[in-house]
Amino acid sequence: MIDLAEFRNKGIVEGLAAGIKKLTAGRTETMTFMEVCGTHTMSIYQYGLRSLLPPQVRLISGPGCPVCVTPIGYVDHALAYARLPETIVATFGDMLRVPGSGSTLLAERARGADVRVVYSPLDAVNLAAKHPGKKVVFLGVGFETTAPTIAGSIKVAASRALKNYFVLAAHKTIPVPMQVLSADPALKISGYLCPAHVSAIIGANAYRFLAQMQGVPCVPAGFEPADVMQGVEMLVRQVVEGRSEVEIQYSRFVTWEGNLKAQALLEEVFVPTDTPWRGLGVIPDSGLEIGERYAAFDAAKAIPVKVEEAREPQGCRCGEVLKGIIAPSDCPLFGTRCTPEAPVGACMVSSEGSCAAAYKYGI
Amino acid sequence: MDRDLILLGHGSGGKLSHQLLDDIIIPALSGIPVSGQNDAAILAHAGGRLAFTTDSYVVDPIFFPGGDIGDLAVNGTVNDLAMVGAQPLALSVGLILEEGFSKMQLHRILLSMRKAADEAGVAIVTGDTKVVPRGKADQIFINTSGIGVIRHELEIAGCNAQAGDKILINGTIGDHGIAVMAAREGLALTTDVKSDTASLNTLVAEIMECAGPALHVLRDPTRGGVATTIKEIALQSEVTVTLCEEFLPLKAQVQGVCSLLGLDPLYVANEGKLLAFVAPDRAELVLERMRRHPQGSQSAIIGEVTAAGGSRVQMTTLVGGLRAVDMLSGEQLPRIC
Repeated sequence: MIDLAEFRNKGIVEGLAAGIKKLTAGRTETMTFMEVCGTHTMSIYQYGLRSLLPPQVRLISGPGCPVCVTPIGYVDHALAYARLPETIVATFGDMLRVPGSGSTLLAERARGADVRVVYSPLDAVNLAAKHPGKKVVFLGVGFETTAPTIAGSIKVAASRALKNYFVLAAHKTIPVPMQVLSADPALKISGYLCPAHVSAIIGANAYRFLAQMQGVPCVPAGFEPADVMQGVEMLVRQVVEGRSEVEIQYSRFVTWEGNLKAQALLEEVFVPTDTPWRGLGVIPDSGLEIGERYAAFDAAKAIPVKVEEAREPQGCRCGEVLKGIIAPSDCPLFGTRCTPEAPVGACMVSSEGSCAAAYKYGI
Repeated sequence: MDRDLILLGHGSGGKLSHQLLDDIIIPALSGIPVSGQNDAAILAHAGGRLAFTTDSYVVDPIFFPGGDIGDLAVNGTVNDLAMVGAQPLALSVGLILEEGFSKMQLHRILLSMRKAADEAGVAIVTGDTKVVPRGKADQIFINTSGIGVIRHELEIAGCNAQAGDKILINGTIGDHGIAVMAAREGLALTTDVKSDTASLNTLVAEIMECAGPALHVLRDPTRGGVATTIKEIALQSEVTVTLCEEFLPLKAQVQGVCSLLGLDPLYVANEGKLLAFVAPDRAELVLERMRRHPQGSQSAIIGEVTAAGGSRVQMTTLVGGLRAVDMLSGEQLPRIC
């Protein structure tokens, strides 16, 4: 058992902050580090970590909130399933309020659709077993952390010979978009604070190409405040010393190879595919779709449905927020037309969205 | 026929209704004999202002670690009275039962209401029972209203927080919300966190006695949690409040479940907690007094009103950073990765 109190220890965090100040003392250029994962974004806001960093260190949020990067067309697809008779849409809670082109799952539920929040994809499999006369469509959204559990649920459904469990898969993988972002000269990314749990699955080796080919330091870091501060300190040190390497901060869970079992599970059930990211467009080989062997569980193939044409909300700048080009407060809708109560863009919806974090915790 | 089932006829006003009232409801709740039953209860009180409040209870599941919908319904209304410094005088109980609900479970709930009322020193003096067809309600809904007598001249109100006030809480936060959530079907979590449901009127009486006019605001942080309640007060009083995360009493298990589900304990509901804004010169004394009360052994000062104006709440985090604290928006939804 790990005692988390140490990772929230004021003295340790202050010590790391002092170390970062010392490393940057006298330097004029700004170092821009992107935290890719939404949980990092939340942690940084929740603990007020920006207020502890010197002005030369800038943290920007990346495309690491799963519902934020899910394109509006996917939400419309899910809404179309929710409107079908004898169909249960099962989802993690965050998807409920994400606006589609003309509705949300929450609104459809209020109109009578059967939309259920589950805490694990296995709960959705159990729903299918309990309601053999209905189709259960699970919304498979998330990164390499969530994808193995959904792969597992498909295997369980197969072993139980369930014919009414389906997954609408929109899984995303993180390394390729990171490459796209660091190649963008507008962003000038000096280093990546790599995701904690995604890295535990894919392994730190997955970032080597970024460090070696693109010269961007990468540090997989944990989510606790001391983890984040140490991760930033390691990135600052690399920049100051002119290095670009992959260094593991989150060594209590991240290895170089990652979780081989989970990787095998992903390989068995999914195949890589080109996939659209909100704000980033279609990125080759950055998504996972259900492969041939388990195609019967793929909702998109097994349950044809007419999906309305996607309409992006006017004025919403989620795309630029997700790329770290603008801060949430730079969007003209932020806090006025777009609030957590009445979100226009996905970044304001999810508990891991940059706009939601900035709205809730920003000073 | 299963004799345990509530039938539509139990709400008809006829024989079955009388049986339910005479056999189960009245003996459990008040014990008023048939000869003493009238269309309205008549209450005596010795003058002074009256406080009047109402609340409806629809908690799911109806039984959860530390309590059930019954004691929750009594404590909640007693506490709403206590938060304006009123001593509860009498409660009413409105029951809405779903056809097919279990009489045995109803009885268990009624007994727990009686126990809670006895503990708070308040009588349940009037009530009503309706039965709706299956599927039109979820097992049991309860409405309670309460009347209380105000015997003080203090100005205890949400708009009365003043610069320098210390903010006191009588124990750990988020216990109720987490206990209910963990008990909810579909969430395979085992914890031994119990709901904190309890009546706070005797604790309030001690706080009032000790603080006198130094007591400016009292409020119970129920739905929306501590953050939402303090933000409400900051808005009403037009002041800036600074909380100190380090001093927030929090059970390790509640913190653990919150981390797991992506919840912030500051926004999780409490049912036996109060927040008191007390002028700084009396705050330590009030804290000591609260700690001696059974409902206040883990009392703490969690922040203060740092400035007049601003209408905002901020918090010094565990690691020394500063962040804003806003109201809860929508429901707290668990995170997905």
